[in-house]
Amino acid sequence: MPAAIQIADLSKRFGATQALAGVDLCVPEGTVLGLLGPNGAGKTTLVRILATLLQADAGEARVGGFDVRTQAHQVRELIGLTGQYASVDEKLTGRENLILIARLLGFSRADARDRTRSLLEQFHLLDAAHRAAKTYSGGMRRRLDLAASLVGRPRILFLDEPTTGLDPRARLDLWQLVRGLVGEGTTVLLTTQYLDEADALANEIAIIDQGRVIASGTAQSLKARVGHRNLEVVVRERDDIARVAAWVSRITGRPADIKGQRVSAPAADPEHLPALVRALDEAGVPVDELALRGASLDDVFLSLTGRRAGPGPDDAEESA
Amino acid sequence: MRALQQCLTLAWRSLVQVRHNPWELGDYSIQPILFLVLFLFVFGGAVAGSTEDYLSFILPGVIVMNLVFVTVYVGHGLNSDLTKGVFDRLRALPIPRWAPLAGRILADMVKQVLCILLLLGVGFLLGFRMEAPWWGLPVMIVLLLAFALSFSWVMVLVGVMSRDPEHVQLFGFTALFPVTFVSNAFVPLETLPSWLQTLVALNPVTMLVDSCRGLLSGGPVLGPALGALVWAAIITAIFAPLSVRALNRRLMGQGGAA
Repeated sequence: MPAAIQIADLSKRFGATQALAGVDLCVPEGTVLGLLGPNGAGKTTLVRILATLLQADAGEARVGGFDVRTQAHQVRELIGLTGQYASVDEKLTGRENLILIARLLGFSRADARDRTRSLLEQFHLLDAAHRAAKTYSGGMRRRLDLAASLVGRPRILFLDEPTTGLDPRARLDLWQLVRGLVGEGTTVLLTTQYLDEADALANEIAIIDQGRVIASGTAQSLKARVGHRNLEVVVRERDDIARVAAWVSRITGRPADIKGQRVSAPAADPEHLPALVRALDEAGVPVDELALRGASLDDVFLSLTGRRAGPGPDDAEESA
Repeated sequence: MRALQQCLTLAWRSLVQVRHNPWELGDYSIQPILFLVLFLFVFGGAVAGSTEDYLSFILPGVIVMNLVFVTVYVGHGLNSDLTKGVFDRLRALPIPRWAPLAGRILADMVKQVLCILLLLGVGFLLGFRMEAPWWGLPVMIVLLLAFALSFSWVMVLVGVMSRDPEHVQLFGFTALFPVTFVSNAFVPLETLPSWLQTLVALNPVTMLVDSCRGLLSGGPVLGPALGALVWAAIITAIFAPLSVRALNRRLMGQGGAA
């Protein structure tokens, strides 16, 4: 299968920050690559380079076979971009936003109207078509954003954190739309901080941290790579947390992670569960939940980087 | 050909924006009309002896002042495109790099012409009559647009350097008010203290206002018009390269950890 996106040893520096430190990636045509990583990992920088908005310091990137540096115009003919940075014009109505893009892409007046109408319909925005985009809800705006990036029927679509800030319902709707596009043969590069999003949409996942791809493969293979399951226990009494955490870490031989009343640790051996049951039983400690779970992508991220993925309180905005 | 159509589409976009933001329209139209009427009736008697005499003096002044203020919207609009991500969406499309900026400035020229005609119309209603030959009017409009075009580069730079659209507006009002007021737009040059006269005589606003007065009501045109054009050339020569460099730098510095 030919590669829609081919990246070799790409690097980019902003002042003292090495945003990308030699990234290699390949996205086959018609597939979804999920680029997963915390804020500041370099995801947005990578997307901006691929979308010809930014030039890399070194390395090569080809989109649809065209070099993003020397054939930027051809690349722009092929791509659609939706994200934190590429946005709709709030002062225009939904319809005017789409007409604008269509006319810029060379559609005739009549074709622009037709294309706009069908996109507004497909994205459930017909009722709001004549309202200024600044009056839209978050979910409507994202849908308009996505519609705007699809006007030219791009073969390759970049979705930069498309669901950040959306409520769960709007998120699921957007996932459904993306699946539909992939079904029609569009190649998608999706960046996200949400592991479940990558898990739900991507054929392949690349985990990026501090400007490097630290792991890649299918969600399944990444989970298998961690190779362990998670021993989890929810303690009923707060006073027991410390005691239970000590047992969990003694039994599994790994430091226990404590979140509220939930104590967990990676468990390499299925025998860890009955061992914990015996300890709890002997001491008469009541628990609300006790389980051995398969690894989530969260665990993968944690085991690869030693940190949790996802937005934390100390995460700075990726670009000021 | 296609580039021209894309440029016109982007100009259309800037003009349609105004339809959904009537307050912006008020800035171009109601505000200068208010200035014209207030200044005319409040200062007319004191400055020129009568409102009738003052009208032909102040009308070009208000036109030029408004011209300078309207260019603020070039910076304001550009900054809001940059901060809200619209600029990136446009840059990721297969259109020439200069098209978004050119479209915006073209839209600004349309707004400028409409404002000039509006103010002339209000002036007419208040009793203003053109005394110079008719061709003075198109020449005046071309001269004003030439200056507005060059001054737009200053506002492009302000738009690129400002953190958010509100800062652009703030600059517009704090920096441009003195520039337009320290001129002979509202009072005759001779009434000013001599040290200020030198400054006012060098102000391009004064030169523009003088040219407009000459083209509408008779009087010297060539001298002040040439002066205004020299200013326009100097401003463009300085600010166009600065603006383009600042814009490229801002665009290239984005996307990484701050």
